[in-house]
Amino acid sequence: MPAPTTKRQSHGLSNALSGWLMSLPLALILFFFLLLPIVTIVIVSFWGATEYSIYPAFQFDNYEFLLTSPVTYQVFLNTIKYAVIAWAATLLIGFTIAYFLAFHVRSLVWQIALFLLCTIPFWTSNIIRMISWIPFLGRNGIANSTLIDLGIIDQPLEWLLYSDFAVILAFVHLYTLFMVVPIFNTMMRIDKSLLEAAYDNGATGFQTLTNVIIPLTKPGIMIGSIFVITLVMGDFITVRFMSGSQKANVGRLISNDIGLLQYPSACATAVILLMTVLLVIAVMLHFVDIRKEL
Amino acid sequence: MTTKQDKKGVSRRSVLKGAAATAGAALGSGAITGFPTIWAQNIKDVTLRQFGTGVSNLNDVAQKVKEDLGFTLEMTALDSDSVTQRAATQPDSFDIADIEYWICKKVWPTGNLQAMDTSKIANYDKIVGIFKSGKLTPESVIAQGTAPHSVGFVDGPDGTTFAKEETGWMTLIPTIYNADTLGIRPDLIGRPIESWTELLNPEFKGKASILDISSIGIMDMAMVCEAMGEIAYGDKGNMTREEIDKTIAIFTEAKKNGQFRAFWKTFDESVNLMASGEVVIQSMWSPAITAVKSRGIQCVYQPLKEGYRSWGGGIGLSKSLSGLELDAAYEYINWYLSGWVGGYLMRQGYYSAVPETSKEFMSENEWGYWFEGKEATDVITSPTGDKLAEAGETRDGGSFYDRMGAVACWNAVMDENQYMVRKWNEFIAA
Repeated sequence: MPAPTTKRQSHGLSNALSGWLMSLPLALILFFFLLLPIVTIVIVSFWGATEYSIYPAFQFDNYEFLLTSPVTYQVFLNTIKYAVIAWAATLLIGFTIAYFLAFHVRSLVWQIALFLLCTIPFWTSNIIRMISWIPFLGRNGIANSTLIDLGIIDQPLEWLLYSDFAVILAFVHLYTLFMVVPIFNTMMRIDKSLLEAAYDNGATGFQTLTNVIIPLTKPGIMIGSIFVITLVMGDFITVRFMSGSQKANVGRLISNDIGLLQYPSACATAVILLMTVLLVIAVMLHFVDIRKEL
Repeated sequence: MTTKQDKKGVSRRSVLKGAAATAGAALGSGAITGFPTIWAQNIKDVTLRQFGTGVSNLNDVAQKVKEDLGFTLEMTALDSDSVTQRAATQPDSFDIADIEYWICKKVWPTGNLQAMDTSKIANYDKIVGIFKSGKLTPESVIAQGTAPHSVGFVDGPDGTTFAKEETGWMTLIPTIYNADTLGIRPDLIGRPIESWTELLNPEFKGKASILDISSIGIMDMAMVCEAMGEIAYGDKGNMTREEIDKTIAIFTEAKKNGQFRAFWKTFDESVNLMASGEVVIQSMWSPAITAVKSRGIQCVYQPLKEGYRSWGGGIGLSKSLSGLELDAAYEYINWYLSGWVGGYLMRQGYYSAVPETSKEFMSENEWGYWFEGKEATDVITSPTGDKLAEAGETRDGGSFYDRMGAVACWNAVMDENQYMVRKWNEFIAA
């Protein structure tokens, strides 16, 4: 659309003031729904709790208990383990799908059609997609009975369900699309003539991939990675259902505390988790300047 | 009947008349007798807000209240943690709290509930002994844990500490209770199960489960550890730190050895674990057994030689109730104990606080099967119509006196509760 050529009319407000006014709604929303809750969480993390109430205080009991318990470290390690494995798997699958859509499918119509196909599972709820794995992977589930019928195994595989495998499988299934979308988006914006130039200069397909496509898709990869890592690190329900409550991540520690009315302790855990996630993201942003690349 | 119908259809007036007649008939028929009726016109405007756990927060009850008593009962079902929280922190958000006795022990000191005058409770004398003296029969020994009678009475209308015996001022009016044990899949186990120790038997490695609700799970653990002879508890319902440590250590080791397939937190999870064959032995609740059975799968609520872990619930009144609402609440309590609800709950496998009145709302076959532990003479169905047992079957564990007489421990809240909760969290995370 051509930009309006008429000279902008003065509305009697200085530029600075109108700038402040325009950013005011967003600032207010962020203040009330992001900043304020986080500040509250930080404050409450220093409070004390009885069995059925919390009382204002300034004590380090919650942090002390958290940071001196070996279980905490074990659980944080587990959380990071889930995040790393789920991230690697979704990246591999997500990148492949996006690559296929962007460079192998030639017509725009088919690209859009196939892309929409990828989103169809997302029309149902997260929880339903997750729970539907349970009857599939169970001891007497479809996977085991098929493998037994085919004569591949004699005994049902116990580790299919209620295990780390099940948890990561569900994560990958749930979150791969979050990787596909931003990578596909950046790939679509790569100038095709760059690929032709690479080809003309004698680059092999693999060289084109590593020297042209991957560097140019970095922002997409980074955005997708941030999505997946934050989602996996903040999750509690997938871990609870897919591990049959047997495995724990930080989200489950928090949800257990909330269930038992130990809000201050839950807040302290949340603060530590928030700091961990921010740290991870800061490291990631160190490698790619998303702002510059977009 | 349709031919007799008035051409004009049913007018509003005739419906109201009919309703009044039904209410009158119900009153006159002796179905709900023996309590002071405050049949004031404005009682219809009264709305009582009740909240509690899912077990007795039934919409059928609210409907029947509207029919029989005329006022509106709003039901909110929550899990037991949320129930405790609400009773303790939001006294103005409810009129009637439907809570368990161990929750009462936690909540009563907050002063959010008011004691009830037993002289206004028509069937008070018929309430079973468990809730009054603590003894089912005069010879009974009182079980460990938070026994209902120990938190059932206070000294006066404003009493804040629990009384040792009946005082005429009740904290909760008992409504529902049961004896819990382990559920098993006899078809997949194929041998008799007699002791709580079987939960940790390596034979069931990867096929056992326990519930992930700390206050109840710790009791099941204690039943197992005691049966194994590993720990001799002073009081399973009020463990010391060392006892908690030892108990959790035994189960953590079992968990690390892969004894458990999963832990469950909600009713439906326990049903699915059992029905799918993932688990063959686990902590379970009575209606969950029923749900598994109604899918045509064998499942037994196995009586064990060490006894049952029991629980009881009751309704308490909010401190802020007064005047007409308070009268309505008393009327509701009297109606609750007058039999219809009791019959409904007993046909689900629970027990009513006043079994005698419930009997009138059950068939002879149902009474025999559920209460007396006799063989069913005909098909037994649930209040919602699902078939639960064939003729000739008997209830697991037998009669009321067999089951409630063998209670080893009541659900409890311990002095070291917070410590236990943290240890429990570590167990789940281990």
